[in-house]
Amino acid sequence: MPRVTPLHSRVGPLCQGSRWEEWSGFLTATMYELDHLHEYNAIRTGCGLFDVSPLLKYDIRGRDAVTLMNRVIVRDAKKCRIGQVLYTTWCDDDGKVIDDGTVSRLADDHFRLTAAVPALHWLQHNAIGLEATVEDVSEQIAAVSIQGPTSRDLLAKLTNADLPNLRFFHCTQADVAGADAWISRTGYTGDLGYEVFVEPQNAVKLWDAMMELGDSYQMRPAGTVALDLARVEAGLLLIDADFISAAQTMFDVQKTSPYDLGLAWMVDLEKDFFIGQRALREEKEKGSRWLTVGLELDVTVMEKFYAEWGMPLHLPDRTWAEAVPVFADAAQTKHIGRGTSGTWSPVLKKYVVIARLRPEHAKPGNKIFIEEVIEAVSYSVPATVVKMPFFDPPRKKAWGAEAK
Amino acid sequence: MTQTYDAIVVGGGHNGLTCAAYLARAGRKVLVLERRHVIGGAAVTEEIHPGYKFTVCSYVVSLLRPEVIRELELAKHGLQIHPLDHVFVPKEDGDHLISYPDPAKARDELKRHSPRDAEMMPRFTEMMYKMAYAVKPILGYVPPNPNSLSLRDLRTLRAFGKHLNGLGKQTFHELTKIMTMSVDDFLAEYFESDIVRSMMGLSGIIGTMLGVKSPGTAYVLLHHFMGELDGAFTAWGAQKGGTGGVSEAIASAARSHGAEIRVEAPVSQIIVRNGTAVGVALENGDEIYARTIVSGCDPKVTFRKLVEEKELPPELVTAIDKFKYRGSSGKVNLALDAAPIFPGMPDPSLIKGSIDICPSVDYIEQAYDDAKYDGFSKRPCMEVEIPTTIDPTMAPPGKHVVSIFVQYASYNMPEYGDRDQQREAFGNAVIDTLSEFSPNLKDLILHKQVLTPWDMEDKIGLTEGNIFQGELTLDQLFCFRPAIGWADYRTPIRNYFQCGSGTHPGGGITAGPGRLAAREILGEEF
Repeated sequence: MPRVTPLHSRVGPLCQGSRWEEWSGFLTATMYELDHLHEYNAIRTGCGLFDVSPLLKYDIRGRDAVTLMNRVIVRDAKKCRIGQVLYTTWCDDDGKVIDDGTVSRLADDHFRLTAAVPALHWLQHNAIGLEATVEDVSEQIAAVSIQGPTSRDLLAKLTNADLPNLRFFHCTQADVAGADAWISRTGYTGDLGYEVFVEPQNAVKLWDAMMELGDSYQMRPAGTVALDLARVEAGLLLIDADFISAAQTMFDVQKTSPYDLGLAWMVDLEKDFFIGQRALREEKEKGSRWLTVGLELDVTVMEKFYAEWGMPLHLPDRTWAEAVPVFADAAQTKHIGRGTSGTWSPVLKKYVVIARLRPEHAKPGNKIFIEEVIEAVSYSVPATVVKMPFFDPPRKKAWGAEAK
Repeated sequence: MTQTYDAIVVGGGHNGLTCAAYLARAGRKVLVLERRHVIGGAAVTEEIHPGYKFTVCSYVVSLLRPEVIRELELAKHGLQIHPLDHVFVPKEDGDHLISYPDPAKARDELKRHSPRDAEMMPRFTEMMYKMAYAVKPILGYVPPNPNSLSLRDLRTLRAFGKHLNGLGKQTFHELTKIMTMSVDDFLAEYFESDIVRSMMGLSGIIGTMLGVKSPGTAYVLLHHFMGELDGAFTAWGAQKGGTGGVSEAIASAARSHGAEIRVEAPVSQIIVRNGTAVGVALENGDEIYARTIVSGCDPKVTFRKLVEEKELPPELVTAIDKFKYRGSSGKVNLALDAAPIFPGMPDPSLIKGSIDICPSVDYIEQAYDDAKYDGFSKRPCMEVEIPTTIDPTMAPPGKHVVSIFVQYASYNMPEYGDRDQQREAFGNAVIDTLSEFSPNLKDLILHKQVLTPWDMEDKIGLTEGNIFQGELTLDQLFCFRPAIGWADYRTPIRNYFQCGSGTHPGGGITAGPGRLAAREILGEEF
């Protein structure tokens, strides 16, 4: 029986259809209404409020905290200033991704890591010989995420933090709704947004304060289905959709490196030793098996395929996450990879797919074909390789004078 | 000042802008001339009261052709449409009917009124869906001239015939009915509950000076079923920032292809030499020349105001003079200090959808009776939306703007005095009636804007205030729009084209006429 988050007294009654799923053992609303589109649209024009308390959180403290972080993540933790947040992956010895998450430097000797896959043992194991402690604080810290263009204006009503000067991927300690909190300008929507971390006993107070202001900023509580749509538009990867944790599969063929996932930009081969470094060096030299890129599907052609059956074009109104074959040719003779998640994007009016392809076919502008099954018949829909993120509004990173 | 363009579009409404965008995209040097200080025509957002943006005339979007969204990349240029899927219909006895997008919830709600109707609704929706799917391809055709024997017209007619043949017997029968019946008779074949019929019947009279019991109105219902939103058939939505946001997106696409858009540039006349349009004369005396002139204005303005009678064959002059406008809708926009409260509303979040004031079939018919002899409905039918519940930036935080579409008001309402008095009396009837359902409304009003059909003609340029640039009745559709023989976006004047909603596929924010006209001008086949 899954457990409930500290916000259950609030999110429980709001979840109209009791459409829950499990996230790290906790009940999470997939949608509050019977349909997710209002919640999705709130993220893009007002804001959405998410209960993200189930997020796994680990505090790493001590003189060697930075050394430990540097040993496990592929980015250089030394370059992470206090109040900065890094998006990063961590790998196994073979350079295959175990998980992705954020690392925040809360003090010189204090980091906080968020994760999807439990990492306590792994972090502690790697701390052997270092003066660093690792603590699972997942249940000692509740969290909400407020995402969307009006999120800053709403949050500003509740906090003393200097929000316009809090930059993208930075965090600050502040008072929010009368409680001590960490505000992190991060999220999973590719939009302007913040995650607010408080002690569990203050979570309801924070939620209520936000909900009270909600109507003036067109905020809606939002669930994971709307979030999943927004994250694909933002080109953000999801574990168990776009990759499988190397710690959760025993088959090498299912494992992926940061290079395979299009995350070469974060791998710092020049920094001090980190787990997977040698394998990744080798991979960089020899070349990777895959490259993760964006695809835009040609829906005009797709519409014709549906018309052959006397049917109108069917577009997915939520994210699908399964392996869909991708080919170099319409005849489907040359298999070159897979779509891993995709959706019709209401904000872009495009059918977008995150795909993992053979690198030689993954250049932007390249034309390829992705399978669409209609009435159990396989069709090849033309698609173009594009750069991600698909949706990247200037407000996401705007700060200072630009953030009015 | 003389300057030369490949094409000049007269009127910066959404169709004029669409036509301009397609022409510019094809490499033409295009100039759009708009009379007002703001583009958009009837798809316009204006800050009427400081800090409050009104979606002045049109207010919802569904019929916007998906190919236009794709081809002009309108999302990139700011198109952002939110689904509007709840409808709250209060009854006069305090009860209500709510249309929910969730099938189970919708069925439970309908059951309260009629268990039989609750079962019928999915069957009805499926049938309308089928018909809309059947009729929809016609929206993308250039109407053929049935009098012509040209290869192209014959080909289109054959495709049209083949298409109708392929519908199957039952759909074809229903189609014949919906093209001819009154909306209420048509709905009565499916539903027994009065409130169900009045809720859906309202869509049959929008923009039309006919009652729910007048033959021909069932088609208007179908017209409202032909839209789609992100592949979801028949879905309606609201553009972020009001419908002016749609026009702005199209204008931005046009500019990105090099089109020039000039506001406060009223055109007085098309310059015609030897039966060929060569340019336009502006009211300020400037003349601008171009190879092609396109009018986005309605048929009356296009044929009877912008060009001289002698340039046109008498049959066309007669047909255009007989084209029916008969504006029948008004608009009231309010700036409110807080959200209005509807005591009959079981869940306050329903104000984020549509609130329709059409409590019974007789109420709608009575509203028509009041208005049909040059008057307005004493208790009008209304479609109320609160755009700030979708886009909070249209008003200061916590404040709201309300868009009230009103049916019916006549173009002339002499018994109420001069135009100002007519407007005042009409606006009061609207607010008084809405206050019956939302008692706190009057206390919240910070500013009101009232538009009668006459105001829409005066302000926007819509003849007799018809929101569709001409009624959407069968005799004015497809190859009859605006006149038989001239439904292919051409005119008797060489190089002078039409691209407004007064041409096929008609009114609403479709961008269809603009696109089809551009394709005709560019000489591309479908």
